[in-house]
Amino acid sequence: MGLGILLEQVPDGDGPWWRMLASGLEWTLMVAALAWILAFALGSVVGVARTTDRRWLVRLGNAYVELFRNIPLIVQFFLWFFVVPGVIPPVKRWVVSVDPLTYQLITAVVCLGLFTSARLAEQVRAGIQSLSRGQRSAGYALGLSQAQTYRYVLLPMAYRIIIPPLTSELMNLIKNTAVAYSIGLTELFFRTREMGEMTFRYFEAFGAATLIYAAIALTSNRVMALLERKVAVPGYIGSAK
Amino acid sequence: MIGDLDLGEIGRTLPYVMAGLQYTVQITIVAAIGGTIFGTLLAMARLSAFKPVALVAAGYVNLMRSIPLLLVIFWFYFLVPVILQSLTGADRPPQIGAERSAYITFILFEAAYFCEIMRAGIQSIPRGQGGAAFALGLGYWPAMRLVILPQAFRNMLPVLLTQTIILFQDVSLVSLLNVTDFVGAATKVAQRDGRVVEMYLFVAIVYLALCSALSFGVRRLQAKIAIIR
Repeated sequence: MGLGILLEQVPDGDGPWWRMLASGLEWTLMVAALAWILAFALGSVVGVARTTDRRWLVRLGNAYVELFRNIPLIVQFFLWFFVVPGVIPPVKRWVVSVDPLTYQLITAVVCLGLFTSARLAEQVRAGIQSLSRGQRSAGYALGLSQAQTYRYVLLPMAYRIIIPPLTSELMNLIKNTAVAYSIGLTELFFRTREMGEMTFRYFEAFGAATLIYAAIALTSNRVMALLERKVAVPGYIGSAK
Repeated sequence: MIGDLDLGEIGRTLPYVMAGLQYTVQITIVAAIGGTIFGTLLAMARLSAFKPVALVAAGYVNLMRSIPLLLVIFWFYFLVPVILQSLTGADRPPQIGAERSAYITFILFEAAYFCEIMRAGIQSIPRGQGGAAFALGLGYWPAMRLVILPQAFRNMLPVLLTQTIILFQDVSLVSLLNVTDFVGAATKVAQRDGRVVEMYLFVAIVYLALCSALSFGVRRLQAKIAIIR
């Protein structure tokens, strides 16, 4: 064991190994951030759809969540990466026209975004349903439309209540980016394996990656806890006031 | 195009792919049982009044839960032979292969998640239950075994089963170690015959059908065994 290996140069001359891992970390964080934005937007829409009074919307939302929750993530990666271009010719033409790196990045963001959106939809639905019935009625009584009731009454409350589960979903998302290794995206886990294979210093490589992932988990946990305290709804058990 | 799909490919390779599915199911069952047992012990350790034990257990669980499963799988793939070597005092690390080290990986990894479920289960039991057991003269282990754990287990059964469905899906990651699980078998066939689209579509549909049916079953069970308070 010796972490000195991190300072040694990569054989193909791309700088020391620690810089290699750092570039992997950048990719991991970038993919996670983009996927989170996509997941948050889609998850909110689907989550809201599942709480409306339209039967077909609820069913459609439920089917969406079931679909993305019941297929393993790595299989979803293969579906987006191999199957979608294989069965849709325009996608195939687009894939061969773009840079492979771009295609890997887009696949990873779309795949992780949709996968996570199904989980967020479940949390958003639970958050909205945890509100008392009176909140919705109060919105309608004030003359707000259904859309306005969601925008100004239900969602501002629901988002604040579901911050703890959203925290664990965010951490899951960051961990799940490692699966993008399966399509060759050069994220942190990819670089870790590469370092292990080229130097035979697996313990140092995996040890470094473990520390980095643990540090990310700890940081995002702290940041979300801070956010949670900042936006706590006064009068609820979780809030100080 | 859809019209170009060779569905006969699935039929021809079915026995091989199904053997992969069988391996996936085996790992799932072994890891669910082993993980529940080890996870319950971890949960008891986390709730222990003896602080060092509680701290070690919490550290283990938090570490396992903060790193990607893929990293854990690769860690154990390298570590298990080394650990076995130091345990048995052999001259060189035993060649146990990714197929067998995966059993240990999943038991130890899932234990962290089952631990959190069982901890919530134990904490959901009213304090009076433990008090009553001690008042009857039961010691710590009999009180746990006869009074607390059976109730905690019953309360948490739906959550444990849901976690097992997640485990069933997570086993697919071992295919990246070239293990012939369900996904691994499909990948090997797909690459050999150039039939990627057919094989992955088939795998996705089988997972979707199995997991949907299982989670439907869990919801039914949940409604059935819920204790009305």
